[in-house]
Amino acid sequence: MASVTQNFMKLFRGSSGSPESAENQAAQKLTRRSSGLGELSRLWDSETPLCVLDLGSTSPANIRFFTERTHRIYSEDLLVASTDPALVTKDEEGQVILDSRKFLADNLVYPAAHFDVVLCWNLPDYLEESLVRPVMGRLWSVLKPGGMLLAFFHTKDAGPDSPCYRFHIIGKDTLEMQRIILKREARRGPTGAVHTAITDGFRLQRVFNNRHIETLFRDFASIKFFLARDNVREVLVVR
Amino acid sequence: MSAPLSADLAQIGKSVVIKGELSGSEDLYIDGQVEGSIALKNHSLTVGPNGQVKASVESKAIVVQGRLEGNLLASDRVELRKSAVVTGDITTQRIAIEEGAYLKGKVDIQGKAEKAAGK
Repeated sequence: MASVTQNFMKLFRGSSGSPESAENQAAQKLTRRSSGLGELSRLWDSETPLCVLDLGSTSPANIRFFTERTHRIYSEDLLVASTDPALVTKDEEGQVILDSRKFLADNLVYPAAHFDVVLCWNLPDYLEESLVRPVMGRLWSVLKPGGMLLAFFHTKDAGPDSPCYRFHIIGKDTLEMQRIILKREARRGPTGAVHTAITDGFRLQRVFNNRHIETLFRDFASIKFFLARDNVREVLVVR
Repeated sequence: MSAPLSADLAQIGKSVVIKGELSGSEDLYIDGQVEGSIALKNHSLTVGPNGQVKASVESKAIVVQGRLEGNLLASDRVELRKSAVVTGDITTQRIAIEEGAYLKGKVDIQGKAEKAAGK
């Protein structure tokens, strides 16, 4: 495992242009301290089983982390789900967008006020624009009042090639990050549709400033920012 | 990958399509398509790499290498291999998930005491 110090400057930066193979990049795991996760960790000792929703790539480490503590974990990879070609449609102005109604009919289908914690990771930065607000609205409704959501946002220093990571919880405030490299061959997604649009990982869609983030979570009761040394803002919101 | 050979292992091959209720008292290996429900109380189910199952499954052990859509209830263990694509809730005593497996659903680990209490 690489040390936190060694990894600091590698994180959330654009691709370095090094000739590393995609397999090597995907295999590398970088460690990172997370203040937001540390804040959430007070909940993990709860004797009442928590309902946790992990919106990142399926992570055996996260499933193990929560099930060992007798909590219930739900795993749903929304980024992969958003690559379903059946979602593509046009808005009133003829612009190509993703159909958020269809997306929410197939994904995030849970009872209201079901989850204690939602791990959003870097989803808002990589999710297609037309899905961001509807998804956040749905997340608000499936969180219990008082429930918490953790999300990461790049700062303006991030370039469009900033790699998308999957996050594995390896300690109460420590994450292991693994670059997402999608396979080049066509692959059937969860709905059965063949995904061919994405060949080389997910691209950063936008950079939110603090005001944008506050607007995104305006329906939530409170919001707390943690600025990390690697130019990532961690945001912990409470419904 | 071929199925492990065993005297007590029933196999559903790649070209076989079954719709309905499947139950049995021997281990089952599915590399074809099954739609409905599967109940193998004290035995194991393996969904091979070509397997496509749309069914609720109740079994002692469930190993998935292919695609499975439906809720999984295992009295002992569930294993999702790296090629597994699973959509459904998993209730089991033990679970092992390989890097690369895809899961959309809940994981609920039930201890023996919980299971006995029927929770």
